[in-house]
Parts: sequence; C-alpha cells; structure tokens
Amino acid sequence: MRIHVKGGRLVDPLSGTDAARDLFIADGRVAAHGAPPDGFRADRVLDARGLIVAPGLVDLAARLREPGLEYKATLESETLAAVAGGVTSLACPPDTDPPLDEPGLVEMLTRRARSLNLARVYPVGALTAQLAGERLTEMAELRDHGCVAFSQADAPIHDTQVLWRALQYAATFDLPVWLRPQDAHLARGGVAHDGEVATRLGLPGIPPIAETIAVAAIVELVRATGTRVHLCRLSTGEAVARVRAAKAAGLPITCDVAVHHLHLSELDLGYFDSQCHVVPPFRAQRDRDALRAGLADGTIDAICSDHTPVDDDAKQMPFGESERGVTGLELLLPLTLKWGAETRLPLARSLARVTCEPARVLGVAGGHLGVGAPADVCIFDAEAWFKVAPETLRSQGKNTPFLGYELPGVVRWTLVAGEVRFGRE
Amino acid sequence: MAPDGSRCAWTMRNPQLNDKGELQHLLTLEGLPREIIVRILDTASSFLGVTEREVKKVPLLRGVSVFNLFFENSTRTRTTFEIAAKRLSADVINLNINTSSTAKGETLLDTVDNLSAMHADMFVVRHAQSGAAHMIARHVASHLHVINAGDGRHAHPTQGLLDAYTIRHYKKDFGALVVAIVGDILHSRVARSLIHVLNILGTPEVRVIGPQTLLPTGVESLGVRVFHDMRKGLAGADVVVMLRLQNERMRGPLLPSAQEFFKYYGLTPEKLALAKPDAIVMHPGPMNRGVEIDSAVADGTQSVILPQVTFGIAVRMAVMSILGGN
Repeated sequence: MRIHVKGGRLVDPLSGTDAARDLFIADGRVAAHGAPPDGFRADRVLDARGLIVAPGLVDLAARLREPGLEYKATLESETLAAVAGGVTSLACPPDTDPPLDEPGLVEMLTRRARSLNLARVYPVGALTAQLAGERLTEMAELRDHGCVAFSQADAPIHDTQVLWRALQYAATFDLPVWLRPQDAHLARGGVAHDGEVATRLGLPGIPPIAETIAVAAIVELVRATGTRVHLCRLSTGEAVARVRAAKAAGLPITCDVAVHHLHLSELDLGYFDSQCHVVPPFRAQRDRDALRAGLADGTIDAICSDHTPVDDDAKQMPFGESERGVTGLELLLPLTLKWGAETRLPLARSLARVTCEPARVLGVAGGHLGVGAPADVCIFDAEAWFKVAPETLRSQGKNTPFLGYELPGVVRWTLVAGEVRFGRE
Repeated sequence: MAPDGSRCAWTMRNPQLNDKGELQHLLTLEGLPREIIVRILDTASSFLGVTEREVKKVPLLRGVSVFNLFFENSTRTRTTFEIAAKRLSADVINLNINTSSTAKGETLLDTVDNLSAMHADMFVVRHAQSGAAHMIARHVASHLHVINAGDGRHAHPTQGLLDAYTIRHYKKDFGALVVAIVGDILHSRVARSLIHVLNILGTPEVRVIGPQTLLPTGVESLGVRVFHDMRKGLAGADVVVMLRLQNERMRGPLLPSAQEFFKYYGLTPEKLALAKPDAIVMHPGPMNRGVEIDSAVADGTQSVILPQVTFGIAVRMAVMSILGGN
C-alpha cells in the first residue's frame, strides 16, 4: 500500500518540522517528504488540506482490561478507541486479572492485539509475581516475550528491600522499571488530595508527602543501582522539583503526567463527582501549575492518558467506594492541544510530549515521521471542536470528568504501519 | 449527568435547592442560605410546644411515607427521626441495611429505586461513606426529598441544626459568642456541620481544640481557630461542645491511650472553670464518660446534653415539615 498524504501541514516534533509538506508512505514506512520518491505511484491519496499531519500518538498508560476484566472493556473496543484518538502505540500496565506476570499471558495478549490490527500494544510486565510485592517475576524471560518495561501499576511494594532487589535485578539486564511513586502506608485509606476540599467533604486524604517520600526513596535507589526508572503519574509540585534535581544530577530517571492532571484540581470534585476519583488524586491548583511548568521545561518527559475504562455501576457509588480512573485514549490529543494552546506552545513542542518523547521512554521506533520511520500517522483537524459526550467515545468506558467540555482536535485518519486503521469522514 | 451528557445540571448548582431556591433536600449545612436555617429553627421552636402536649401529634405530614434508610447502625438517631415523623403523622418505615456485602454501592441505588417504586416521599439516609446522601439525592425523582442523617465524615446537618437551636435557646444571639469544639474533629461530621452553621449564623469565634492527629488538614479554611492546648482554647468560651471519641481510635496511631486523651482533652470541672461562668456544655451523644467528659460535668448544672435530645426531635420535625411543603 502506497499512500500520498496531500496538502497537509506536516508537524514532526523530533525534527522540529512544521511546514506545508506532503508525506509519502510505502511498505509501512515513511518514504519521503515534500516530493515523491522516484517512481512513486499512490494507491490512495488522503486529502489533508487544512489538517495537521503528525506522528501517531504514543500513550504510556492505557488499560485495555484484558485479560480478566472484559466486562469493563476489551482489547478490541479499546484499541479501536486508541486509533480513533490518533494513538498508534500504547503501553498497557500489568494490572489485569491475572496480572501480566507470566510469559504465556503476555504472549496471548500481544498475539490478540496483533490479530486485531489496530494500534500497536506494548505490554508492561509485572515487577513482582501477582503484583504482590514479594517475589520477582522472570523479567528477562518476559522481556523476550515482548514486555518493554516492568511495573507494579498501582500496587504497592511495602518492603523496600524487595524494591531495591527488583531494581538491582532489572539493572542486571538493563530493563527499565516504571513506578508510580506513592508511599502505601501514607496513602492508606485515602481517596482524595489531603487538602481543604477533602477536609470540607470529609473524604479521607492522600497527603502530598506520600508522593514526595516515594520519589525521594526511588531517587536514592536509582543512585544506588543505576536502574533506568520511569516515574508514572506525578501529581505534586514537590515531586516535580525532586525529579528536576535528580535529572540535573544525571540520574537515569524519566517521568510522565496524566493529561487530566494538567486541567483539573481538587476543586473539580465539586459535590462528590466520582468521575474525579482518580489515582493519584487531583491535587491543589499550585500542584497543577507546577506540573504544567515541569512539562514546559522538560522535567516531565511525557503526557499519558492513564486510560482506565470503568463501567457505570462502578462509578455510581459514593465517592470513596467508586472505582478509580478515567477513560482517556480519545481525549489525549484534544486535552494536550488544549494545554498547548493555553500555554502558547508551538504545536511541535506540545505534540512532542505525546509522540517522540514517550517513544523514547518506551524505547520503540515510532513517534516521529523521519524518512524510514514506521508510518504511524495521526492526521487531525486542530481547528475542529467537539463536545465530549458518551456517544462520541468509542471506548467502552464513558467515565470522564470532561463530559460536556468543548475540546479542539478531531482525528480524520490514523495510520499504523502505513495502513489506514481509522478514518472519519 | 444531565440527559444531554453534560454535567452542569448536577455539578454546578447547589444540589439541595430547587429551581426556586427552596429546600429540596437537606444534605449539608454548608452553603445554605441563612434565611432557610433561621426558618428551620423558628419552625422547630413552634413544634417544641407540640412535643410537650398530651397528644403529641400534628397532621402536617398525613399520608406521607418517610423511609429511614440506615446503612450504618444508629438506634438513637433513627429513633429521633422516627419520633419526629410520627409526631407529624407521617408513615414511617425503618430499614437497616447491612453494608458488609461488597456490592453495597449497587445495592444502595437498587434499594433506593425499589423504595421509590413503593411511593416513598422522603428518605432519611445514614451511610458510612461521605457523599452517599448527595448521590441518592442526585438519583431520585424530583418530587422526592432526601435528608442526610450522617454521611461518613462529611455532614450531619440535623445535628448541626439542633446544636444551633440549643445554643440559640440558651445564648440568644450568635453575634458575640465564642464556641469551642473539642476532640476528634478529623472524623466528625457533627463538627463540620456545626462549624458551618455557626459561621452562617454569624458566630465571631469558632474554635477547634484537639491534638494534631485529630484535626483535618487545613481545618482553618472551614472558618475556625485551632488550639492544641485545651486550657487556652476554653478560655472565655460561651459554649463548649465535646465530641465523641470512637473506641477504635483510643489506642493506635492517632492516640496512645484513652487515659492520656482524657488528661489533656477531657472536660473536667477544673477545665470548664476556664470558660465563662455561664458557659453551656454540649455533647452529641452517646458519651464516653471518663474519656472525653467527666461525669461531674456531664451531669452538672452547665450541661445541656439532655435538652439537646429534646430539641433534636423538634428540629427534625421542622426539617421534615418544611421539606413536605408546609
């Protein structure tokens, strides 16, 4: 399949390209920009006039709910949601049921994902068996079966010795470890940011120090072990400051933020809106601002969706009992564009946080449109706005605090490996 | 969520007022207009006479079905709501619902749907989770009324109202009062509701007294002054409100022992002497004698703990009557 993407504005953050330029695709890869390669004859021409032609988005955290939680969502529904949102590569956390702690499970998942032929799925393996925080998994073996990194998802490791050993073992094989920094004891029982809103609403709090202390501990463990560690879902300004210092000290640490944390704060809980029950919790306004500043100065490498489809029944509960998480694959691009516009960043710089930067963290080839790169492309209308409503979301999860919001950014076509996997006329 | 998928209809407007700004549900005292609170207190005052008559009944809620929906055990509060409803001639149905099943949230809305189908008019809800009453209020049909009888740590509005009633009864004017609330503020819905109503009614100084472990983060933002030293906190107080300390919190990471708590935060005659000579002592009950309050104080001349219970019936009658359209 040879595709000519015609008349669009090519924005490729890795090279800094932002110009009116055609894109030529052949054999699943980018064949040329501007002028066609010799003898190129397109099988299909995509009319991209007025549209942005960008690398497909790379999402560092999207729960697909398989295996085990198919009543909430399926691989099919969620990878379709991914390409509908312009996401061409995604990493799925290991907190499935059972968790991704055995090569057989990982292989089954990747094979199923390949057969669906939608987005590329990169499994993140469990760091400990059953995510119980006690026994290491066969990390090297899991890597050989396709795991790109190892993580506890949101499950805690209570025993710091286990964490230390897990990092040492991972470093032995140069495997990256992804950790969401949260001291489990300090966070115990909490459902909301420990601040004025939680005090008013009578919700048990998760103090910011639960994150700060965990980041401080992980930074020291990285210093001791040299393990490549990616910190997931920072939520506090203090954590951003510590990561900034760790990076300045040359430690191999990267980090991300969930896109909803760039827009909402504790105040959005309103009258116990369970759509705002997320982990980590929405924090104070100044934390939100610190996250934005950290993204702008490069302390925070990537923005992810932290996509977590939740069924209505699990959300229609009192706040503290409702299931945590938001659906996000289809809102990653719009909410990133909204953040970029609000902070007056050039498009290439805001898109970098959802394309080449997360691809670098993930260690995969995508995330840019250089000649020879995999032709994973997101073609979207940055000027078109839409109203977020359940029926506009293809994900099985309709759980998002952004229902009713008008957001910019409508995806027209999504290409994975040079094939159109999604098109909206 | 509104039918068009927007969240505005629910999340933006005060969920306990109807389109005309009248009381539709009583979920929390926070944000309630002063006029509504004063009207409830005035109405309660008129009902106090009823409770002292030989025939303690008025026909204001005849034919109205009140469902007491208690997801958390409480014989006392449930009984006071039951008495209040019966004195208004309503039909009362009591339901104690076990919350130990894992699917309690689904049970909650399913239960509400079932009871609505039985033509309930009013739900009195108690639940261990903050926000449970809000969720039910959002869910029910628009002609139904929800009264929050305590949700988690969040609110206990009728208790706050009866506390305000008691203070008004003995002190008349809120405009010059110092009110000290002592003990476990962190877990207390009673304290939160009382703080809100006192601020709405113009109390110039509301104090909370307790060790750091029993005060929620940023409690000052509710409109209170914080004291860790009970002696300083009681100085010059007109009203002293003691809170109940739950058994399971007396020993553990929050407190070392009931004895030490009593020594530093229990109300004894000596400490009470630091307050104004005419200070009144309140407690929402049930009391732990010798833990938060000395028997000599609880049974002493300054104690208004039993009148609180009597006023509680009248206040709950007033709330139900007003919600019922009277």
